[in-house]
Amino acid sequence: MPDSTVIGLHHEEEHRPDLLHHFAEPQQQRDAASLGMWVFLATEIMFFGGLFCAYLVYRRWYFGDFAAASKSIDATLGATNTAVLICSSLTVVLAVWAAQTARRTLLLGSLAITMLLGLTFLGIKGIEYKDKFEEHHVPGASFSFNNVPIPGHPGQYADPRHAQLFFSLYFVMTGLHALHMIIGLGIFLWLFTMAWKGRFTPDYHTPVEIGGLYWHFVDIVWIYLFPLLYLIDRHP
Amino acid sequence: MSEPAKSEHAQSSPLKMYFSIWIALLVCTYITYKAAFIELGQFNAAVALGIATLKATLVALFFMHVWHASEKLTKLVVIAALFFLLLLLGLTMTDYATRPWS
Repeated sequence: MPDSTVIGLHHEEEHRPDLLHHFAEPQQQRDAASLGMWVFLATEIMFFGGLFCAYLVYRRWYFGDFAAASKSIDATLGATNTAVLICSSLTVVLAVWAAQTARRTLLLGSLAITMLLGLTFLGIKGIEYKDKFEEHHVPGASFSFNNVPIPGHPGQYADPRHAQLFFSLYFVMTGLHALHMIIGLGIFLWLFTMAWKGRFTPDYHTPVEIGGLYWHFVDIVWIYLFPLLYLIDRHP
Repeated sequence: MSEPAKSEHAQSSPLKMYFSIWIALLVCTYITYKAAFIELGQFNAAVALGIATLKATLVALFFMHVWHASEKLTKLVVIAALFFLLLLLGLTMTDYATRPWS
């Protein structure tokens, strides 16, 4: 704790508009903010956890049908998107570091590239969805998944009803993830305008740090979605 | 480790670390992708999920700064969240995996 008196603290407060009066120092304020963000991310883990749990139960029950359905998705697009998100995570840590060390150009550049990579991810996702719509693999009245062989079981064909379950989980999980990406893009657009106005300093860059935590979390969700949805049983 | 040395520490070494983690994550992604096309039987899923967990751990520890977090409570929140996730997945799967009628 600082040795200054209460009156001294009030004086200090006037000089540091970014330090709220109930925090002793900027470091404590940043720690409190990131702790709060981690508590929110814990709720997000449970939010996605329910879907992962449903996925695991049905994958165990209908493994062959899930493998056949998984094989119809373009794994190269999925792998490319994984690489795109990993690169965006790098630009996010660079942005946080730039804010910490007051490097304006690097901060603005990293935030801009992060948004570009986020848009690239959504674009590739859009191509993937378009393919699924054209192949009638979207659950609903026009769903069709007939005579698709089960990998590793010659002469056996996937049950379209079970394949439809896979595609329901696929669209809900990747759709929810894409929604998080869109929200993340909004957050980063806001961070970019704040950085443009010069609002972030080595003492106050909490929004960059918090927004970064969110972006990394969305990356981690995708790190699990990629092998679970795209790579169930690929080998010939 | 060294909390007060953060400002001088932040000059060069974190960048090297960030780029090494980035390379490691890309290499892991490539291995996952390639391994999926090799016949490994039961181990295909184990390899895929093992590498995914390694990647997620790298992102959380080094990109999300859990490893060097100055606030100890952050680690508690992360561990608590993982504990409840494993409780959810573990108890559900032990139930479904041990039902002889399904």
